[in-house]
Amino acid sequence: MTVGIVGYGAHLPRHRIKVEEIAKVWGADAPSYKKGLELREKSVPAPDQDVITLAVEAARNALARAQIGAQEIGAVYVGSESHPYAVKPTGTVVAEAIGAVPNCHCADFEFACKAGSEAMFVCTGLVKSGYIKYGLAIGADTSQGAPGDALEYSASAGAAAYIMGSENLVATIDLQHSFMTDTPDFWRREYQHYPQHAGRYTGEPAYFKHTLGASKALLEKSGMKPADFDFAVFHQPNGKFPMRVGKMLGFKREQLETGWLVPLLGNTYSGASPLGLTAILDIAKPGNKIFMCSYGSGSGSDAFILTVTDRIREAQDRAVKTRKLLDENKIYLEYGEYAKFRKKILKAE
Amino acid sequence: MSSPRSWRHYPQRYRYEAAVCTKCGKVHFPPRLICDACKGREFTTKTMARTGKILTHTIVRVGPSNFADQSPFAVAVVEMDDGPRITCQVADWNQGQLTIGQKVRLEFRKIYDEGASGIINYGYKAVPI
Ligand SMILES: [Zn+2]
Repeated sequence: MTVGIVGYGAHLPRHRIKVEEIAKVWGADAPSYKKGLELREKSVPAPDQDVITLAVEAARNALARAQIGAQEIGAVYVGSESHPYAVKPTGTVVAEAIGAVPNCHCADFEFACKAGSEAMFVCTGLVKSGYIKYGLAIGADTSQGAPGDALEYSASAGAAAYIMGSENLVATIDLQHSFMTDTPDFWRREYQHYPQHAGRYTGEPAYFKHTLGASKALLEKSGMKPADFDFAVFHQPNGKFPMRVGKMLGFKREQLETGWLVPLLGNTYSGASPLGLTAILDIAKPGNKIFMCSYGSGSGSDAFILTVTDRIREAQDRAVKTRKLLDENKIYLEYGEYAKFRKKILKAE
Repeated sequence: MSSPRSWRHYPQRYRYEAAVCTKCGKVHFPPRLICDACKGREFTTKTMARTGKILTHTIVRVGPSNFADQSPFAVAVVEMDDGPRITCQVADWNQGQLTIGQKVRLEFRKIYDEGASGIINYGYKAVPI
């Protein structure tokens, strides 16, 4: 059975904060951060936005492109590291809001930044097995970095949604591969507000080892080489890592740029490589080959090979395109407003 | 508003389900028991289009207790493209977008939470497009 993507959608907050605005508060050197991280600004969720609201809007865009009834969705999986509730699923609210209840399987996924691609991986498998007709997989986050920490420059918000199925596909998922080990590069303990990370250790033994591991294994499995692809997208915790890992594998800048949203968006964690893929599908042509590889701390990567089908042309304009969400209606925040939005200001009880 | 009452309103708050009078076709949002145009009592359910335009607007500077942290905030009467007029908050408006005639789309947003350990209530807000 051929399985793949029937509909896809994205959603981003409209608020932004520039790297300079954060750097000035902490006495940091903005030009070196911008150059070092290849980051100019990041999205900031409004106080009335969270993983659930972003996921619902992305799912509605995916439904508009899929042109299916929500009642046909047999599974709703939301991957995130910032689910609004510690106990109470994100997915039930999302399923209720889009009208997919009650005959539906639902679970929230967590795996740092790769929870979204995990949901895609599992939905693809369930469709292929025949258990469900369609599965909705969402990667969404509204992540936080501790004030003054390097993560504060990048931790942002956004959501990408995919409806997986076996007919009327906009892209087939030809192969997928997972690669993971126990690697303590980034974590957050229960009741802690901000995550901890192992500094430079998050690079070579963590991001690069797993992204390269999953990507090389999948390329080998497929018998394809980087030059066979029109586009490639990797997890993007900053601007530098995905470009570097892509080039290490043999991809060229032109293949990587379409899905490289991070310089203007920041790191959307579980939404990162899935959002990059939405930007690629927005402009892809039938027959295009796409390579995608996520990364989640802890650590692991999910890699996918996709082929765009003829139906992409009619689906692309049925919902808002990701670059439009990135470029239009932006509202810039000062650090004080940002601190208030992100509840970094403690008020008297 | 308590969580059970909010829960009963999910079809409207989450999915914009309106009642269409089978006799005269008037679209009611929220649904009502008797049509105010023809006194009809039979309705079908229809998901409203999420777009409309601002008819009038105001800024609430002293909000009710659940909304104190959000004040000041914008509220508008929005005429939906399907006909009904609704009152809701306006979110994410830029300078010049809180005006009569501004096109808006309903977006899924947090309306308020019942304290830091309570339920989060979701619903719609109008966002300029
Ligand atoms: Zn009537």
